[in-house]
Amino acid sequence: MGSLRWRALLAAFVIVVALIYVLPSIPSIRTSSLGAVLPSEEINLGLDLKGGIHLTLGVDLDTALANAITSAGQDLRVEAREKKVLVLRPRLLGTRQLEFTLVKKEQQPEIDDLLKARFGSFDVTTREESGNGQMRYVLTASEKYIKYLEDLTMDQALKTIRNRIDQFGVAEPDIRKQQDNRIIVQLPGLDDPKRAINIIGRTAHLEFKLVDEGADVQAAVAGKVPAESELAYLVDKRGGAEVKTPIVLKSEVVLTGEYITDANVQFDSYGQAYVGMNFNARGARIFEDVTAANVKKRLAIVLDGTVHSAPVIQDRIGGGRASITGHFTTEEAHDLAVVLRAGSLPAPVTILEERTVGPSLGQESIDAGMIAALIGGVFVVVFMSVYYRKAGLIAAFEVVLDIMLILAGLAAFGATLTLPGIAGIILTLGMAVDANVLIYERIREELRHGESVASAIGNGFSRATVTILDSNLTTVIAAVILYQFGTGPVRGFAVTLTLGILASMFTAIFVSRIFFDAWLARRQPGTQPSI
Amino acid sequence: MSFELIRHDTNVDFVGLRKYAYILSAVLLIAGTLSLLFKGGPQYGIDFAGGFNVQVRFTQDAELDKIRTALNSPVLPGLVVQDFGDAADHEVLLRVSFADQSTNQVRDAVSAGLDAQFGAGAHEIQRLEMVGPKVGADLREKALQAIFYAVLLIATYISGRFEQKWMVAGFMAAGLSAVVYVLDLLNAPTSMSVIAATVATLVLCVVLRLKYALGAMVALIHDVMIPLGFFSLMNKDVDLTIIAALLTIVGYSLNDTIIVYDRIRENLRAKVAPSLDTVINRSVNQTLSRTIITSGTTFLAVLALYIFGGGVIHDFALCMLLGVLAGTYSSIYVAAPVLGFFKPRIDVEDAPKAAAA
Repeated sequence: MGSLRWRALLAAFVIVVALIYVLPSIPSIRTSSLGAVLPSEEINLGLDLKGGIHLTLGVDLDTALANAITSAGQDLRVEAREKKVLVLRPRLLGTRQLEFTLVKKEQQPEIDDLLKARFGSFDVTTREESGNGQMRYVLTASEKYIKYLEDLTMDQALKTIRNRIDQFGVAEPDIRKQQDNRIIVQLPGLDDPKRAINIIGRTAHLEFKLVDEGADVQAAVAGKVPAESELAYLVDKRGGAEVKTPIVLKSEVVLTGEYITDANVQFDSYGQAYVGMNFNARGARIFEDVTAANVKKRLAIVLDGTVHSAPVIQDRIGGGRASITGHFTTEEAHDLAVVLRAGSLPAPVTILEERTVGPSLGQESIDAGMIAALIGGVFVVVFMSVYYRKAGLIAAFEVVLDIMLILAGLAAFGATLTLPGIAGIILTLGMAVDANVLIYERIREELRHGESVASAIGNGFSRATVTILDSNLTTVIAAVILYQFGTGPVRGFAVTLTLGILASMFTAIFVSRIFFDAWLARRQPGTQPSI
Repeated sequence: MSFELIRHDTNVDFVGLRKYAYILSAVLLIAGTLSLLFKGGPQYGIDFAGGFNVQVRFTQDAELDKIRTALNSPVLPGLVVQDFGDAADHEVLLRVSFADQSTNQVRDAVSAGLDAQFGAGAHEIQRLEMVGPKVGADLREKALQAIFYAVLLIATYISGRFEQKWMVAGFMAAGLSAVVYVLDLLNAPTSMSVIAATVATLVLCVVLRLKYALGAMVALIHDVMIPLGFFSLMNKDVDLTIIAALLTIVGYSLNDTIIVYDRIRENLRAKVAPSLDTVINRSVNQTLSRTIITSGTTFLAVLALYIFGGGVIHDFALCMLLGVLAGTYSSIYVAAPVLGFFKPRIDVEDAPKAAAA
């Protein structure tokens, strides 16, 4: 009797805790005074139920590495010149090597000192005389440096995307790094997916490249692009229609958007919108040097592979200011300023996966799921009560309790309820009675064999328990594997299924037993159980 | 006393009826497998194949042919238009192949085409999904891995749990992992690895005489192949949610099988009958009412989902319905009779154990 009381108390405790976790998910309770004392965890609805955008973005780390190594080459040339050492043509070799030429081989000690002091992340893999008293160097980025660059790129990409989304103003965005250079972005409840994707997915990779004045544009279009140059297209939208003009650029990037500190929309004297940018000190110096060295040449402004303009440099440009013109509408200029200000992505980002669900469809899915659950639940409850009478009522009560426990579990673990998750709950409705059925059938069998009521109940529970554990464990195995390998909604399904199985085992084995034992303790001698 | 759906003294000779059951199973399995072979595997949805799904709702009924002509655009290659969900909802699902177009381009092309044909405001894009080819391949890989690990863990668990042969079970797991490792080194496609792993499991079960594991595995393959074959025959897409349904069927099928096995083991120990066939028959009959009740409630709960759950969940529920039917049937007609294949040895092996118990 003592044990019965303790078990009943434990069951009651579990039910109360479950209630505490379930209640905050009901909107009218969350906002009431009761809501203030309850835990703040509530059941997260997946995007398929709430509506919104799910994006999987892939970050192109190879390009990021290439950019970083190319820019290290620029730095090397600048720093060498300060030490009166002349270094020629620093350029990317392959994907992770840097090649350059030392003009005077007697300066080898100086350049080696500089490399050791300032470029420790690179190992000198080739150092050979290349005639004319020159030396050819090849530096290889160390594994550690590459790993560092990759981590840095991912973090920067994550930060940039977060900045852009913040400027866009979405409530509760979820932005997460995943393995394989991927970033997952979830924007719940957004109903203008088009513009959001334009802003997030836009690399806004800004590059300044010199125009290869000597190249034959017609030959380049035909496929004969000079070495160390590349073919690009200048896009002009004057008058509405897009006009693409081929242009040959030097491959070397003289400056990138990473030095931008601010960007905003401005208007020229004709009222045409353009984007003005400010560089930081280092960017300003590079810009000044490049413009000084290339007066009367054309400098192309390349945004995400498209040349927006290629003005002729009239004079050295100091002060660290530049602008992008290109016949933008005011809205386009505004969005471009947002992405440049939030930081251009350190590497091109591609949208690998996108799922957009309209808010109305999400609500319909919830409603449909609720109706299905209600109808399925009513059927199961009625069937059990008719078939097993009072014991069936216990089972029916437990089915309701199971659903409450599942919902409480979802809230407590901060798991997400998805559409397949609702399917999981409904499936559990059907399967939840299995443990009860196993026990009840066993008790009936024992009674038929002429066992006493008490021992029939005892044997029924103990024999069925072994079977229940055995059979449910396999379903749990399947669910755990689903969780491990699944993504998004499938994971939600796996969590719900596992919670459902655990809840039904608890209620059928533990809670049912309390009812039966209580009945046994109070029954008149000779009465049969209603089962 | 009380209601009985199945009278407790029911005694159907299931083992005697198994020939008919085998013929039925064989017909279903061969039809499905032939369809799969003929079509070069399951018809993958965009989750695995990559591409676009666009769910569109119209304010009134729109003819599929008109939609097709309206959406004839280079941005929408390989367009497939099909009805979706309840007829009353006027919904269609568009499938478009991936050719490096962006979701916004697809959205614009669909909106412009439908506006031109049916007038502005006559349609609403409710859902738009894009899966790039790389993610599609990854998801396919992951799904296959999930199936492989499920097979591996479950085979190991059943051998260990039912025959107390944890060592042998461990040996089998090691053997399976070796097979997959070698295939991996040979760069075999993952689908090959899964088929090879499954065949290897069956062979190992036979060689190591793991009869319960063999029966469970045969039932499991049976229960997964039937919905899969049906989906292939019906030209329905296999996507991530279908994989989830199939893995749930795996769990459900085993759940059912194990309950019958538990009873067979118990009856063997208690030496209730002289021959294995009688034991199997008696065990299946004893658990029959439980099997029918649980399958019945599960079937009806999933049927409610199928009828009322909405279009998005429709195929998932259909797959589950087929799986529940196949699982119930297989635990009676497939899993238990398979134990009979080892008949000569079983009697020898189990006799001393039974005497000791």
